[in-house]
Amino acid sequence: MRSSKVPEGKPSQAAPLPGDFTRLYRFNGGLRLAEHRAVSLEHPIRFAGVPKQLVLPLQQHIGAPAECLVRSGEHVLAGDLLADPVGRVSAPVHAPASGTVVAIEARPVPHPSGLPATCIVIDTDGENATGPALAPVDYRNTDPVELCERIRQAGIVGLGGAGFPTRVKLNRRHDIELLVINGAECEPWISCDQGLMTERAADVIAGIRILQHILQPQQCVLAIEDNMPSAGHALRTALADAGDAGITLVEVPAVYPTGGERQLIRVLTGREVPSQGLPADIGIICQNVGTAAAIHHAVNTGQPLLSRIVTVTGDGVHSPGNLEVLIGTPISDVVAAAGGYTDNVERLLIGGPMMGYAVHSDAVPVIKTTNCILAVSAQTMPLPPPAQPCIRCGKCTEACPADLLPQQLYWYARSGNYDAAQDFGLFDCIECGCCAYVCPSHIPLVQYYRHAKTAIWTQEKQKQAADIARGRHEARLERLARIKQERQARLAKRKRAVTGEGDGDDPRKAAIQAALERVRQKKAQAEYTPANIDNLTDEQRRKIEAVDRRRDADNGRKAGED
Amino acid sequence: MEFRTWSSPHLPVNDSVAAMMRLVLLALLPGTACFFWLFGWGVLFNLLIAGVTAVVAEAIMLMLRKRAVTTTLLDGSALLAGCLLALALPPLAPWWIPVIGSLFAIVIAKQLYGGLGYNPFNPAMAGYVVLLISFPLEMTLWPAAGNHPDLAATFTLVFSGSLQNDLPLDAVTMATPMDAVRMQLGLGELLTGLKEGPLFGLVGGAGWEWVNLWFLAGGLWMLKMRVIQWRIPVSMLAGLALVALVFHLYDPDTYASPQFHLFSGAAMLGAFFIATDPVSASTTPVGRLWYGFGIGVLTWVIRTWGGYPDGVAFAVLLMNLAAPTLDFYTRTRVFGQQDR
Repeated sequence: MRSSKVPEGKPSQAAPLPGDFTRLYRFNGGLRLAEHRAVSLEHPIRFAGVPKQLVLPLQQHIGAPAECLVRSGEHVLAGDLLADPVGRVSAPVHAPASGTVVAIEARPVPHPSGLPATCIVIDTDGENATGPALAPVDYRNTDPVELCERIRQAGIVGLGGAGFPTRVKLNRRHDIELLVINGAECEPWISCDQGLMTERAADVIAGIRILQHILQPQQCVLAIEDNMPSAGHALRTALADAGDAGITLVEVPAVYPTGGERQLIRVLTGREVPSQGLPADIGIICQNVGTAAAIHHAVNTGQPLLSRIVTVTGDGVHSPGNLEVLIGTPISDVVAAAGGYTDNVERLLIGGPMMGYAVHSDAVPVIKTTNCILAVSAQTMPLPPPAQPCIRCGKCTEACPADLLPQQLYWYARSGNYDAAQDFGLFDCIECGCCAYVCPSHIPLVQYYRHAKTAIWTQEKQKQAADIARGRHEARLERLARIKQERQARLAKRKRAVTGEGDGDDPRKAAIQAALERVRQKKAQAEYTPANIDNLTDEQRRKIEAVDRRRDADNGRKAGED
Repeated sequence: MEFRTWSSPHLPVNDSVAAMMRLVLLALLPGTACFFWLFGWGVLFNLLIAGVTAVVAEAIMLMLRKRAVTTTLLDGSALLAGCLLALALPPLAPWWIPVIGSLFAIVIAKQLYGGLGYNPFNPAMAGYVVLLISFPLEMTLWPAAGNHPDLAATFTLVFSGSLQNDLPLDAVTMATPMDAVRMQLGLGELLTGLKEGPLFGLVGGAGWEWVNLWFLAGGLWMLKMRVIQWRIPVSMLAGLALVALVFHLYDPDTYASPQFHLFSGAAMLGAFFIATDPVSASTTPVGRLWYGFGIGVLTWVIRTWGGYPDGVAFAVLLMNLAAPTLDFYTRTRVFGQQDR
């Protein structure tokens, strides 16, 4: 089955899935960037070692922070549960190595804001004693719901960088047409997924088979970039060993940001994930190769997520490479394991050069989503020159993989016209940085968009808070009025009870009451002052009628337009 | 260890406004050289006077507006505007013509609106149109292509306003092919007869077709270097050629052929160097197609039925007016959103 040609730039949700994925699609713009990956792929994956101290933030994922289960002074073993997930979208935290909990306190964490967050701090004992492990599970004979529970218990989140709890993403759905395994590492320098696929292809394939069992997709595709021959070879071998697993290996062009979920789905299927929607809305689920390998470990060997592969690279470290790092290892220790800093190191980034963020200090730990530590000199990544005025050259529009008009967004974001910015798709911006990279005026466009998004979120939160406050205030007024009424009613009743009067059954009394009422009404009428529409001349009346007729006609026309 | 931080992306920049402007100036060279070859020293005088005036005016305005003078001057946009204006001027015009044009372009059309990036109208064309309206006589001082006065004579003419030996100006000036077509057609002559005359070359005006060809070459080079994008030049030339073709087929004796329009006057200079000024153009992909097309059609209309020698400048300014509206109605469909 081959899909028909999809016109560029048209939504194509209805397009049937191709059978073999030989025809690929493209998205607007994107960049071909120098890879810089060879340097970190020279050596096989190394173990970074157990650091003296592990710092484990309670929130390493999207969603609610986990709830700490241990106390300071407590001794823990590798694999012990330290913190439990709170609510549906959350993930547990485990002890990556044995040692003593020395503090539960706010520490600097890897986050663009640079703000500290609550962490569990463990002084390791060097014994590396392992606690009671979870039992391995034969996934073929296990209910998907149980497998999902195991994935949740193992603390697995999306390891591609977003950190969305994997369990939530796998919520059993019956309508999944396509499972996409994302091995397209889009940013330059980052090679952790490529290293994983090259050296541990069997783990990746085993993980994918579990995902297939859970989701029962009609098709499954494993996407890598066309500049990863070694990974492709290893995966092909592993796929051959696995027999007919129903997994199609596809090489996609290495255009940044193909590794982005939405762009990859577009490239593979020609379909577009709806704006503000999820891939599952169009029958697709996307998982990172690292996540698949972690699922393999969690299910087939019972090991929770204790470590991950991190690319440590750049001309700021002596021996760049891919390192297997225990979650919670401070970046300083990871860099030391990669030979330490060179003399000319100037900048430290977490993530890649396009979407990663610079951190002030290397005291922050590696967390579940840390895919790359990039230490570079000022020559490699110099300070951007001062911004110049936008000349509307449109290079950003040509580069934007989300089909936005970045320069228009920039005007609106800069002028604080957030309604217009949203109208122009501010929240469809994936912050890939293509626009800022190509901008000849060196305008930090992404920074403007982030600022606008944050400002809008803040406004919304304030509005919600104001709404709640108003609601409370109104409820209070209502309550006070009700209480007052009730009290009056009670008083009146008591009064009646005391004076022994009846409830108005007495006809004479009712007649008196009615007469009194009539008098009161008459009196009110007498006090009534006529409004200015009374006592009008005929001329004035005609004018008013004409106006009314015109207004009615106008309303009718407007209604017709609607 | 402590590190400095700033916002992503972190890769070094690979482009700048100054680099773009330099490339545009470079791309002007072949056409300018051909222009100089055909029309002589006056071309260089115009370039020199307009260029210097533009840069000086920009510097003074930046100082008055308390903006960074050196960095802004180095972006080259003022020099480029001066050069584009100069290339539109008649080579034998007196010295104050490029001065006034340049001053209007930089001071009023550009800096008073806020400088680079904020001007709604193409500064060079605004300056040119002011000259065309205010000094119609001086704006006709074109020498015959390939038969221009020498350096000394040009110098005297440009700076004193008269020729040596008190020759009348008619001795060295000649109607441009575009003017000739307009005049002769006005007198009831047929195009077929005109084509046999010395003013016509292979496809367009004699000499002019070579100028246009070299500007086309420079434009194609800019496309290759990704300084400009294809939409505006292609749609402008398509618009010009299309409407010319329709009328030419309808009545070849009254309406010049598409190739005449494409290779005469400021067609190629306009399509690749003037209409592509991004600041005053439409900025959406579809908007740019309409913008270019509009310039092409308007150019033909003004050339054919208007009262001025060439229509490019007016067409560009008129479409500058339309650019915000075009932008509003031609927004891109955002990834994942339905058609709006």
